[in-house]
Amino acid sequence: MSCTKCDHKAVISLQHGNLCKSHFIDYFEEKVFKTINKYQLIGRNEKLCVAVSGGKDSLTVLYLTKKYLEKNNLPANNLLALAVDEGIDQYREKTLIDLKKFCTEHQVPLTVVSFQEELGKTLDQAYPIINKDASKKPCNVCGVWRRYLLNKHAKKLGADKVITGHNLDDEAQAIIMNIFKANTGLAARLGPISGVEEHDLFIQRVKPLYFCAEKEVRLYALLKNFQIQFTECPYSKEGYRHHIQEMLNDFEHKYKGTKQGIVNSFLAMLPLLQNQEKKGLSSIQQCSKCQEASNKDVCNACMMKETIQNA
Amino acid sequence: MYIEIYNEREQNTIKVEFAGTIVKELLQHLKLNPEVFLVVRNSEVITEEETLQDNDRIELLSVISGG
Repeated sequence: MSCTKCDHKAVISLQHGNLCKSHFIDYFEEKVFKTINKYQLIGRNEKLCVAVSGGKDSLTVLYLTKKYLEKNNLPANNLLALAVDEGIDQYREKTLIDLKKFCTEHQVPLTVVSFQEELGKTLDQAYPIINKDASKKPCNVCGVWRRYLLNKHAKKLGADKVITGHNLDDEAQAIIMNIFKANTGLAARLGPISGVEEHDLFIQRVKPLYFCAEKEVRLYALLKNFQIQFTECPYSKEGYRHHIQEMLNDFEHKYKGTKQGIVNSFLAMLPLLQNQEKKGLSSIQQCSKCQEASNKDVCNACMMKETIQNA
Repeated sequence: MYIEIYNEREQNTIKVEFAGTIVKELLQHLKLNPEVFLVVRNSEVITEEETLQDNDRIELLSVISGG
């Protein structure tokens, strides 16, 4: 099968046609750069902290953020990478090896922080303790601590924005998860720019890969020869997200454009959700223990830490 | 025809007898969703419409990774 734009062999078949390697790379990069421009994800002279894991999404978004800065004559020394080592045996150490190599090769300074150093336990150690007390899945614990450390350290590094590798599949899954669980408040925090309103204690999180399907990201990373070992979080199948992911992939196979349709419909509703959420928003305060942002006296991360210490 | 398949997700290689012609049919035969795999033959990514030959060796790369 040939590329719709030239005579070369196609590497992917999309709804609007088939693309060869070179035309796919152009299409993908253009889509990411258009997203950055349309939603003003990157501002002039902003210090950018890319949240990285060493997987396909984060390496792609790091590479393309650097390319965007260079293309637009923006200072590349405003770019840095931040990784969180959750302490998951046989998983994170592998991706961190690839990540360190990538950051060295692309001259992006990398900071690695860990659950162990910051919170006193690895996820493997903490999850059974917290789970016993509060019926939390590992992904709940991991999510709270990861977001907490990313925000805290991005602030420490002087970042204006945190850039994440969330793709179209991640977003479609999050939208459906929140709809199924009637979490309209959490849904209002989604979108290409996370959060309902700006606040000094929160670093804004932005998603340049917002309209890129997971399959496209994997293909881009492969065609660009990014060194990525296949690894899967051992806890990923335990989460609610995994079931939604399987359902959406099944739907996408049967009805092309499902994920894009979910995200487009959601974007049309997002301003309404955000307005509703702003009205009922409880004021953001500082956690009395760690001084980070919280919507109550003690933040979730500190509450989990306390559970561990009292165990 | 016979096709040798390396499945990255399962980290194993199998040889299957297959009566179809194209990649799409092979994935159907294996009951795999094409949404979650890229198919590579001789270091080149191929689409679902690509014709397979007897004794081809293909790799199924997982689109889903991470957690």
